[in-house]
Amino acid sequence: MLFFSFFKTLIDQEVTVELKNDIQIRGILKSVDQYLNIKLEDISVVEELKYPHLSAVKNVFIRGSVVRYVHLPAGAVDIPLLEDATRREAANQAGKAK
Amino acid sequence: MMENLSISDPPLQGPGGIPPGVLGRPPPQAQAQPQQLPAQMFTTAAQLLDLTDKKLMLALRDGRKLTGILRSWDQFANLVLQSTRERIFVPPGSGPDPSRGLYADIDKGIFLVRGENVLLLGEIDLDKDDDPPPGYDLAEVELVQSLAKARKAEEKLKEKSKVRKLAAIGFEGESQGEVLL
Repeated sequence: MLFFSFFKTLIDQEVTVELKNDIQIRGILKSVDQYLNIKLEDISVVEELKYPHLSAVKNVFIRGSVVRYVHLPAGAVDIPLLEDATRREAANQAGKAK
Repeated sequence: MMENLSISDPPLQGPGGIPPGVLGRPPPQAQAQPQQLPAQMFTTAAQLLDLTDKKLMLALRDGRKLTGILRSWDQFANLVLQSTRERIFVPPGSGPDPSRGLYADIDKGIFLVRGENVLLLGEIDLDKDDDPPPGYDLAEVELVQSLAKARKAEEKLKEKSKVRKLAAIGFEGESQGEVLL
């Protein structure tokens, strides 16, 4: 659940989602769920000419399983907090394994 | 709203309910703020809820693009679309005018889409819906269909030779078994 929580901290930030079919969609992250399905608002498509089907679309729901990368604004990531959370998660996992 | 209530809570004061104060119970405090959904409600279902009855563009795993009105769905993102139309595109370069792309719409009726086949779905901005996509022109269905078919065959051939070459040096193609367009 670490990444679910992490993405929740990025809500209302502008991100670029790259899909496994190479489409890159930039938009405001509005919501994310446990499968890392992503909802973007006010989208714009990089290389719009190549993907005409998105020209009239203003917000999208992207199935988590088709996402390759999410490009984040560096300033929006609290790195010490993320490191802490990662260690805590790892400790939890180790505790569970025993 | 229901999940926040327990048996010990006072009953809701609806239009048909007991008027406040009649049975000696002080009238309930007016709620200071509107009820908020709990955080765990931000699941697939909650995201699809506000797309219901809107006109959507749906991209499927096999590359098809459908538009239609979302009428029903469930937690797996299985969807029911009404007045569905499939839109096929031919990118610039293969049509009669090489600088313009072509598109055509085909009426398909009602669709029930299994969730696993959904790549993405987008709400259509109705202000922009009637404009053709920039760089594209509406054309005859038969023409676009035949051009799209030729293009698909060509791409399949290219992909096949790519996968074969990669396999020869020990790679397994990324999109083997699942064509993403």
